[in-house]
Amino acid sequence: MGPGTEGVMMAPESTATEKTPEESLRETMPAPILETRDLSIFYGKNEAVKKVSLPVPERRITAIIGPSGCGKSTLLRALNRMNEFIADVRMEGEVLYRGHNLYGKNVDPVEVRARIGMVFQKPNPFPKTIFQNVAWGPHINGLVPRRDLPELVERSLRQAGLWDEVKERLGESGLSLSGGQQQRLCIARALAMQPEIILMDEPASALDPVSTARIEDLLFELRERYTIVIVTHNMQQAARVSDYTAFMDLGVMEEFGETDQVFTRPRHERTEDYVTGRFG
Amino acid sequence: MATAPATADLAFAKKRRLGEGGIKAVLFVCALLSIFTTAGIILVLARESWTFFREIPLPDFLFGTRWTPLLVPRSYGVLPLLGGTAMIVIGSALVAVPVGLASAIYLSEYASERVRGIVKPILEILAGVPTVVYGYFALTSVTPLLRAVIPATNIFNAASAAVVVGIMILPTVASLCDDALRAVPRSLREAGFALGATRHEVATQVVVPGALSGIIASFILAASRAFGETMAVTLAAGATPKLTLNPLESIQTITAYIVQVSLGDTPAGGVEYKTIFAVGALLFVITLGMNVVANRVLRRYQEVYE
Amino acid sequence: MTASEWRGVPNLVRRHRQSLWLRRLFKALTWLGVVLLAILLYRIARQGAGWVDWDFLTSFPSRFPVRAGIKSALAGTIWLIGLTALISIPVGVAAAVYLEEFSRPGRLKTFIEINIANLAGVPSIVYGILGLAIFVRGIALGRSVLAGALTMSLLILPVIIIAAREAIKAVPQSLRQGAMALGATRWQTVRHHVLPGALPGILTGVILALSRAIGETAPLIMIGALSYVAFVPEGPMDGFTALPIQIFNWTSRPQQEFHGLAAGGIIVLLVVLLLMNAAAVAIRHRFQRRR
Repeated sequence: MGPGTEGVMMAPESTATEKTPEESLRETMPAPILETRDLSIFYGKNEAVKKVSLPVPERRITAIIGPSGCGKSTLLRALNRMNEFIADVRMEGEVLYRGHNLYGKNVDPVEVRARIGMVFQKPNPFPKTIFQNVAWGPHINGLVPRRDLPELVERSLRQAGLWDEVKERLGESGLSLSGGQQQRLCIARALAMQPEIILMDEPASALDPVSTARIEDLLFELRERYTIVIVTHNMQQAARVSDYTAFMDLGVMEEFGETDQVFTRPRHERTEDYVTGRFG
Repeated sequence: MATAPATADLAFAKKRRLGEGGIKAVLFVCALLSIFTTAGIILVLARESWTFFREIPLPDFLFGTRWTPLLVPRSYGVLPLLGGTAMIVIGSALVAVPVGLASAIYLSEYASERVRGIVKPILEILAGVPTVVYGYFALTSVTPLLRAVIPATNIFNAASAAVVVGIMILPTVASLCDDALRAVPRSLREAGFALGATRHEVATQVVVPGALSGIIASFILAASRAFGETMAVTLAAGATPKLTLNPLESIQTITAYIVQVSLGDTPAGGVEYKTIFAVGALLFVITLGMNVVANRVLRRYQEVYE
Repeated sequence: MTASEWRGVPNLVRRHRQSLWLRRLFKALTWLGVVLLAILLYRIARQGAGWVDWDFLTSFPSRFPVRAGIKSALAGTIWLIGLTALISIPVGVAAAVYLEEFSRPGRLKTFIEINIANLAGVPSIVYGILGLAIFVRGIALGRSVLAGALTMSLLILPVIIIAAREAIKAVPQSLRQGAMALGATRWQTVRHHVLPGALPGILTGVILALSRAIGETAPLIMIGALSYVAFVPEGPMDGFTALPIQIFNWTSRPQQEFHGLAAGGIIVLLVVLLLMNAAAVAIRHRFQRRR
């Protein structure tokens, strides 16, 4: 069953035309490349994420919105096994990539992270040159032979919309760029790994409005080739940028659906309260 | 009615302010003492060295290869002492740098808080052991061991002293490198892991380069301490100034020479007495230079993480 | 996850193996330091324990190892550290107070701070040379405890100043502002509010500085602390010896028994240091908990 709390069961005799909202959604939505099933994440005794089943449709942008502390970042980090660096964290449920559980016994978390990229809230380029920043990931993972690295770097920087600004100074430190440029560098860095999925944790929240707009434009371009999951506390951003939206509150995923529907015809009261600004 | 209390107040305030001024002056003089100390060191060393270098030409001192100020024929070339000191510094660095840096990496990138809580205090204890104890240890434990393994080893040799000085400065390296590594923000490590790197790749290719200025400064500071180390080398390295590349031989460092002369009966005012100051001046200048370089490395190249 | 589901990362097995070996290497080198300390303490305990008894503590040094003891060395060390504390603590704390509470940022202040930082890194033997020239010869104090204490004070002054400054800095601004708002002068604020608040930190720093002074040998050799002293100092102008000097002297002798004596002396020295450091840690803990 999809998200939502009604739990409508289809009676066998009902006609084929009567579909639940969840089922129609499943029909029109591209198949999820990634999804969680009853995922719960505990920090010690605190249950930060409660039985969330989130589908991430392929080659679409899925936004996760919700008030502070609702667990959206925690949920995001579970998708590429970045939660494991926190002591005392425990998980129940599954995270499935094309049907295979990423937390299965024989799965190497390092490989998961090589395949699912992440961009963080505050730009965090390495104290290396711009070139090295983008090339390091593919290099240590042996994705391309050394001589092909310059081409990969250029391609990634172009995709991130940064190439023209830095092509003359690839040898300068990544830290010498402005905040918006640094974030695009981090995006290029993630793209260089040629992932299928990119996770973004509030990528524009530390940036000025102009840089934010550039990043949002970038997302539109990337959408054709990558599946993107973006966590944001900026509702307008989610409404502008994403195809599907999940609303979380206090660890529970209250609603999931097409962005248009979630914002204009939310099915749950809590969702409506949030998107109309009554709280959060 | 209103005026009398006012003047009384003013008089009291004035007395308070005078007393305050006096106290401030005393405190100021105490703070100035540091300048006087530095001035004292420079003056003392410079004055005696000046008269020394009137008799012994500076190039003979700096580039001469025989140091026999106490024996006839007298020779005042300081290179053997510098060579001996250099052997100790290099040898101790060979011990302290890998072990210290590795410890710092382990403590900051791998170890749990519990392990840190055990190992860090132990390193501090190592740092607090007096140097004469290390000298004793070198002479009575390290040298016999060395001689058992390599019988050609002299009873006094540079290697034992270097090993022990290395142990002595290893906590400095470990502690300063640990600070430098921990100053690298967590977000940088996360970026590394998020790209599918293993823990050692993040530690050695992201964190260490991100703390490089602090790490290098720690090496220089540790070397400076090894340069000025006295008791361990006096007890274990020997009293024979000579230029050699063999660490199993007996040598003499600058500091050990100063001790040797002080223990003997050299009359004040003679050239032999003045060698203390000439050699001491060299020691002071070199260690000061190393400390200044280390601080400059820190200031100019320190990575800025907001 | 099979490689067919997504493009496998080809070199993971090798990298994981590297990671494991590197981790083992780092861990081993870390514990090496601990092991070395254990060996050091063990050897010294073995070599010296047999020599430490009441006679050892109450006899003067002698040509005959069996009759030798550290009485004069202990007495000298007590005199030396006592005088050093009396001189260096007030001066060091005063300098720290000036720098933190009274001085204004400027070239002089920076110059003083640079000096202190550099002095902290000067080898101790250079302080010995300074002490020889100024205290022993210059103002003609001779080879006395006073000359030794003055030299030691100069040596540990930077350490005390730096530690005291940290302790004073840690006192919250609100405390100062509260006092000054009541009309207190700078000094009154410092004396009645800041210093008491900084006291635990200052005390800890002082104890650590003094424990460094106790173990220092080179400066004492320079100013001529004697090695064969069969008397206890009775005044600041008397000659003296000290525990590290005695240890040095015994270690320098070729005979095995003197090495045993030296080890005994080291045990006493280490015990004293242990007690001092334990006191410093206890103070730090007790006052941290109170906050």
